[in-house]
Amino acid sequence: MLTVSQLTFERYFQPVFKPLDFRLQAGGLLLVTGANGCGKTTLIRLLAGILTASEGSIKSTAAGTAYVGHLLAIKDDLTVVENVRFVRDFLGTGSRAVSEVIEQLGLRRVAHQLARTLSAGQRKRCALARLLLCRVDLWLLDEPYSNLDDEGIGMVDRLLQQHSDNGGGCVVATHGNHRPPIAGRTEIQLISGHRSA
Amino acid sequence: MNELTHTASIPRAFFALLRRDLLLAFRRRTELLYPLMFLLVVVSLFPLGIGPGPALLARIAPGVLWIAALLATVISLDSLFRSDFEDGTLEQYLISGHPLTLIALAKTLAHWLVAGLPLVLLSPLLAIWMNLPTRAMGVMVATLALATPILSLIGAIGVGLTVSLRRGGQLLSLLVFPLYVPVLIIATGGIMAAVDDLPYQAFLGLLLAGLITSLTLAPFATAAALKISLS
Repeated sequence: MLTVSQLTFERYFQPVFKPLDFRLQAGGLLLVTGANGCGKTTLIRLLAGILTASEGSIKSTAAGTAYVGHLLAIKDDLTVVENVRFVRDFLGTGSRAVSEVIEQLGLRRVAHQLARTLSAGQRKRCALARLLLCRVDLWLLDEPYSNLDDEGIGMVDRLLQQHSDNGGGCVVATHGNHRPPIAGRTEIQLISGHRSA
Repeated sequence: MNELTHTASIPRAFFALLRRDLLLAFRRRTELLYPLMFLLVVVSLFPLGIGPGPALLARIAPGVLWIAALLATVISLDSLFRSDFEDGTLEQYLISGHPLTLIALAKTLAHWLVAGLPLVLLSPLLAIWMNLPTRAMGVMVATLALATPILSLIGAIGVGLTVSLRRGGQLLSLLVFPLYVPVLIIATGGIMAAVDDLPYQAFLGLLLAGLITSLTLAPFATAAALKISLS
């Protein structure tokens, strides 16, 4: 569903990472690893279409993309319910009940609190509501495990497994040691493209 | 998975966005009061600075009211896309697959409802302060009602361009004030005409034309500006 060839991105005339080639099949999961500053977030943002490639091409046949990045796109002045409801009405198909999604995310206890009062992990869970509410083929997750407890990490793994079983593709960027236990997993390690150093 | 519609319908998304922005504005309602208080303070400074002669005040009233309205609008504009940019919501708009133009229109409409409309409603009170003749009152409210949406629509382009800059608000005022000049000239011209008992309909017609033009064109420019700011 995703074919990337000779992809490069330059920032201030410096390539961020070495030219990339990879394919993502339906039901597959691509794990992007690498040290800090090697361009994991840049790659995800390129795939999401927020940034434009300097050279090379990204061909996508995916119907719709969901993206969870470092910026969680949660409104501090809205409650969890209101945040999730907006995601459902704006991005999702609206077939699922908000309360059910909140239950699944483990946020029932804080459902009516303003998002500004949530912990970092709870905020992350709230942002993951996007994945439950959008019926899209391609998931782009930038450090989905950060700030989550063991139970939360397990939840993300279950979501990934479910998405893979449904034939969806996923690109996950992570610098941690945790690896999602998905059968069709491939891994690429990004190497910083800086010429100096 | 493909046979299912993968995203919300456009009208549904439009109203979801509008409703959320109005709810957010309500949660931050003290912030909404600042531009209005600013408007009140600026207008009330003029009699103190120029002298409270009723004839003089009536003469400068259209200009003072309108310049104060421009300043109040620019103050409120900066928040239009700022928080969406900072918390990543803007990226989500881009990825959602919804036309960015309609998103820009929904955001601008929400801005006008919370920043422009109160200004229109408050203006008769200010007109009385400034001793504007009663016969021009209706025309003044009409110019504000027609032209404050233009201010929001044009301003949104400037906000889109400056949202990624650290001190974007200051550049914003330099960018949009020149674009507001025609609106200022036509609107105050119309009120002056009404004060002098001259025909004013042409001025209102021009403002309506301006409103229709900016309503159809500005959201496209805003969407393009937002795309530039994100990359």
